[in-house]
Amino acid sequence: MGAEARKSTGKPTALAGREIASLSAVSHVTVASPGSVVFDLEGVEVHYGAFCAVRGVTLKILEKEITAFIGPSGCGKTTVLRCLNRLNDLISGARVAGGITYRGSDLYGAGVAVTEVRRRIGMVFQKPNPFPTNIFDNIAYGPRINGTRSHGALEAIVEKSLRSAALWDEVKDRLRESALGISGGQQQRMCIARALAVEPEVVLMDEPCSALDPIATARIEDLMRELKRSYTIVIVTHNMQQAARVSDRTAFFTTDRADESRTGYLVECGKTDTIFSNPADERTESYISGRFG
Amino acid sequence: MMRVAHGHPEIACATERTDLRARAGLREAKDAMATVMFGAAVVVVAVPLALVVWALIERGAHVAFESFPAFFTQEIPVVSRRPGPGMGPAILGTLLVTGGGTLIAVPLGILGAVYLNEYGGVSRFARAVRFTAMVMTGVPSIVMGLFVYIGWTVHFGFSAFGGALALACLMVPVVIGSTEQMLRLVPEALREAAYALGATKSRVIVTVVLPAALPGIVSGSLLAVARAAGETAPLLFAVGAATSFNIDFLGGANTALPVQIFDNATSVFVGAQDRAWGAAFTLVLVTFLVTLGARFFALRSALQR
Repeated sequence: MGAEARKSTGKPTALAGREIASLSAVSHVTVASPGSVVFDLEGVEVHYGAFCAVRGVTLKILEKEITAFIGPSGCGKTTVLRCLNRLNDLISGARVAGGITYRGSDLYGAGVAVTEVRRRIGMVFQKPNPFPTNIFDNIAYGPRINGTRSHGALEAIVEKSLRSAALWDEVKDRLRESALGISGGQQQRMCIARALAVEPEVVLMDEPCSALDPIATARIEDLMRELKRSYTIVIVTHNMQQAARVSDRTAFFTTDRADESRTGYLVECGKTDTIFSNPADERTESYISGRFG
Repeated sequence: MMRVAHGHPEIACATERTDLRARAGLREAKDAMATVMFGAAVVVVAVPLALVVWALIERGAHVAFESFPAFFTQEIPVVSRRPGPGMGPAILGTLLVTGGGTLIAVPLGILGAVYLNEYGGVSRFARAVRFTAMVMTGVPSIVMGLFVYIGWTVHFGFSAFGGALALACLMVPVVIGSTEQMLRLVPEALREAAYALGATKSRVIVTVVLPAALPGIVSGSLLAVARAAGETAPLLFAVGAATSFNIDFLGGANTALPVQIFDNATSVFVGAQDRAWGAAFTLVLVTFLVTLGARFFALRSALQR
């Protein structure tokens, strides 16, 4: 049904014989035009056991845009992000209420293959998490588990992914060396390359620069602007300048200190320019101007 | 503390201690005492170990290496009064019994630990299994020997396989325990990285979790193997004490180095006692070589990754 719903805005094309259209596997993929809705969240609420981590999240994430989630610690940004590729499923007791659709099809619907969701919606984590193996095998991990066996094909994918992540020139002679031996910034770009190697449609980034110095951060930000041409990006960040620098749209989450339950919620979501210059909500304004505690 | 630019700094910092040297007295005394105590503890631990190794080399090495390689290849004298080699059947028996036990226990133990850590979690069944394994590590080896004796040997007679079963019963809980610890140490971030690329759970376990835990799993398993290789009691019941070579894993009495050490050391004849020393030296040597080899392979596979 996902393919049907999108046919009006984009043209279906076959992608290299792979059948990856709807999340439950139909035979087309939709190449949607910029500005079409990728994720549509409607009244999303996430519970961890009895604790409600975040509620009232209604927002849209648009094709080939960078959407930033900002807000104080514990407001549920990362929780919402991890719902988008169903990584919260790994946490026992996690429960998602409300509607999340991905290109029109229900992300949490029956028959959705979680592995397919995660292949198409890649993720980069807060701390670089290379596998304890060499650089080549790190990048080739995703393609391998998705069935690419031939060494030539893997080599091509590794080179392409590393080039997209602006890391190729730095590591091309060290592909067989341990991924733990490169710098933190390089490791994070390698993790981005690893995510890109499975040709995702969306890249989720969970505070990808919080463990990096300003130079490495600048490189990752340049990379994000570059990747925006081909991918839809959602980034969680504590750094408001970063959100202002790279994102097209910004969603501001917060939590009420008076509220004992510490449940986070979405305050507003809009164009980054508007959010940072003329926010609709007073709470957003006090947060971005630094008056928020 | 405010400093006066052109005044007397001594006065300005009157209450600050500028001397960075440690205050003499109590802390240094404590440091010295702790150093002495830790040093003494190391000596206390190391001395008996060194004495054991020394006794083995002094009294066992010449027996084992006299007219090499007779001691390692010849059969055990039927008349124990007679001096001279060898221990060949016992070496073969130890390799068969311990190797067989390892082949049964290590895969089972690793699979059990994977279940406990990756699937069972805190479920009632998993907790029961974990508790049972913990209790089993405390079961005396002779009890395991009796268990195998009534469960296997009584029906099928002595065999290397019976000994392997007994040793496997001893090893499984140890392997489960150490492997689960190692799996628990694998960072969640690595699992998430694999899941986020679309890997299934079984895939994540096989391609990420187990390789990351491999060196620890090998260490834990080796510990269990080395302990089992030295077990005597369960083998007395299950394996017997043959004096000739028996290559048949499944049938017929066999023997093992610990059993021969026990038999020969309790003999009144000097020749037999010497053979016991030689067998003891050989057992330590074999265990050492196996451990070294396994570590080498584990290290190499760890480096390749």
